[in-house]
Amino acid sequence: MSSYNSGLGIFLLRRVVYLAVVVLIATSANYFLAATALNPRSNFEGRNPPPPPAVVDAQLSSLNLNDKTPVVERFGRWADGVWHGNLGLTIDHESVNVEMRRRVGVSLRLLLIGSLLGSFCGIAAGAWSAVNQYEFSDHTMTILSFVILSVPTVVLAVFLANAGSSFNDAIGYRLVYNTGEYTPGLQAWTSADIINRLQHLVLPSLVLILQGLAFYSRYQRNSMLDAVGSDFVRTAQAKGLRRPQALVRHALRTALIPMGTFFAYEFTLIFIGSIFVEKIFSWHGMGEWFVQSIQKNDVNATAAIGMFVAVLVLLAGFLSDVVTVILDPRIRRG
Amino acid sequence: MSSIPSPIVEEPVETTGHDSRIRLVLRRFLRRRLAIAGLVIVLLLFAFAYVGPHFYKWRYDQIDFEAFLQHPSATHWFGTTQNGFDMLALTMRGMQKSLIIGLIGAVLSTGIAAIAGATAGYFSGWTDRAIVALIDLILVLPGFLIIAILSPVFHGRTWLIFVVLLAAFQWMITARVIRSMTLSMKEREFVYAARFMGVPHWKIIFRHILPNMSSFLIIDATINVSSLILAEVGLSFFGFGVQPPDISLGTLIGDHWESAQTANGYQFYFPAILLVMLVLSVNLVGDGLRDALDPNAGSATGKGAASR
Repeated sequence: MSSYNSGLGIFLLRRVVYLAVVVLIATSANYFLAATALNPRSNFEGRNPPPPPAVVDAQLSSLNLNDKTPVVERFGRWADGVWHGNLGLTIDHESVNVEMRRRVGVSLRLLLIGSLLGSFCGIAAGAWSAVNQYEFSDHTMTILSFVILSVPTVVLAVFLANAGSSFNDAIGYRLVYNTGEYTPGLQAWTSADIINRLQHLVLPSLVLILQGLAFYSRYQRNSMLDAVGSDFVRTAQAKGLRRPQALVRHALRTALIPMGTFFAYEFTLIFIGSIFVEKIFSWHGMGEWFVQSIQKNDVNATAAIGMFVAVLVLLAGFLSDVVTVILDPRIRRG
Repeated sequence: MSSIPSPIVEEPVETTGHDSRIRLVLRRFLRRRLAIAGLVIVLLLFAFAYVGPHFYKWRYDQIDFEAFLQHPSATHWFGTTQNGFDMLALTMRGMQKSLIIGLIGAVLSTGIAAIAGATAGYFSGWTDRAIVALIDLILVLPGFLIIAILSPVFHGRTWLIFVVLLAAFQWMITARVIRSMTLSMKEREFVYAARFMGVPHWKIIFRHILPNMSSFLIIDATINVSSLILAEVGLSFFGFGVQPPDISLGTLIGDHWESAQTANGYQFYFPAILLVMLVLSVNLVGDGLRDALDPNAGSATGKGAASR
């Protein structure tokens, strides 16, 4: 039993080390790209009267953004700061840490429910389609997901935002909101506040749910089809399990294994999707910050966001490994 | 080069075999009504984008000083923008760019994937490990983020840089598949035969390994067209893609999405609906091709020759 567990531990440990190295390289590469491609000096160019060059240099140096300092040296200072938990200053001389903490909260509140519900619905719908292959529901689901995957996130989001306001007009009451996270001025955590937040959450979540549904259901359908037709499901039924039981306990469990890898990379897709959703629905989260940072040539903020995404991918990758280990007994042996 | 006897084993068989295969694939494709519909719509949209402007009286860079922000009418079929530009002319121009970006990008990306994947699989060892590590690394760095960060670099330069960047972040998953296909294919007799005859490695890859995956490559390139168009739209929406004097469907949607909730929604809906039509029909063609070229893969729509 102990060797059984240590093998598992070593497997997961190796994955963590590997993913950590990949994230380290990705984060550094991201910093170098941001530091060379973005040009903070140009922010001072349009000013009238033009600031003296010495002042500009001093300003940029105080933010560790001066392009006259070699990029390796700037990276060294940045990396040293990151190692000590300090992500540097934004272009507006504010702490990146503080801004990030605030915005991560906003993004999490926006994405968590939508992406979880989306993947859950997708898996359920895909499994249902596979069990009822070629029936009406299967065809409808297939066509629906095919169409949704052909609609850009921007267009889907704008369309739903509009549909929401038409819906409000139709029922003559403002049930769903399509701008912002909450209506300002409400007392935090009262029931009115929570309901108000939910009303703001419906439409953006719907975008994520529809996309998750379309994305996962196609893969889940294929992987479930393989499982449904396999011998072990027939064996389970022969041993006396009823069909729904056999399908859920044996077929679905097996069919979920290949989905694990998708979750990891889907995380980056969710983040990128959130850039559009935040823009269209005016939420002030990480996605909006990313766009603003690039437009403002804010190297430190951009580097921090890149690191955030890389760490997200690491966590998702590790999580999918854990899920795979739980679902697939063969890995535990190996 | 001439001293090396090139393997001629397949020559005579290939011509007839190839012919009948093309006919078979064509027959399978023509059976799919949705795929045909997709193909027809793609061709119509192509004609719309490239031939249309010659038959329409407004040019995309022409301002009608008598019609600012005018709703669709007989003179301006899709209406005009705030500055008096004709929306239909802009949409045609934008679609030209989106189409060409999708096509060039797809061919590039499938090409990179084919070369990288086949090289990794064929040579194994360190080459393989390096390419696989590179793939893993690029998969962690979302292409959207990197291209957005790099966008100041291609401001004011040709949009071709943008296309190359799009392709550079699109090939990884395909390359993985090609790598594993190569791993099994390099153990096949015809590859051994070519190797023992002294055919150089690169020639084996290009003449023997990649042609044997042509079905997969064609399908992949077709599907890439739609993903690249979607990526272009996403980046251009924020101004990180196609840059101002050029117009694409993405820049049009980025410029006009806010009008969608006003009475001037036509500025958003015309390009958006044409874009969705384009992507949807390219996907239908890709799906039909998959069904025709590789019946065992199982396509999304239609029953295909489902093996189960």
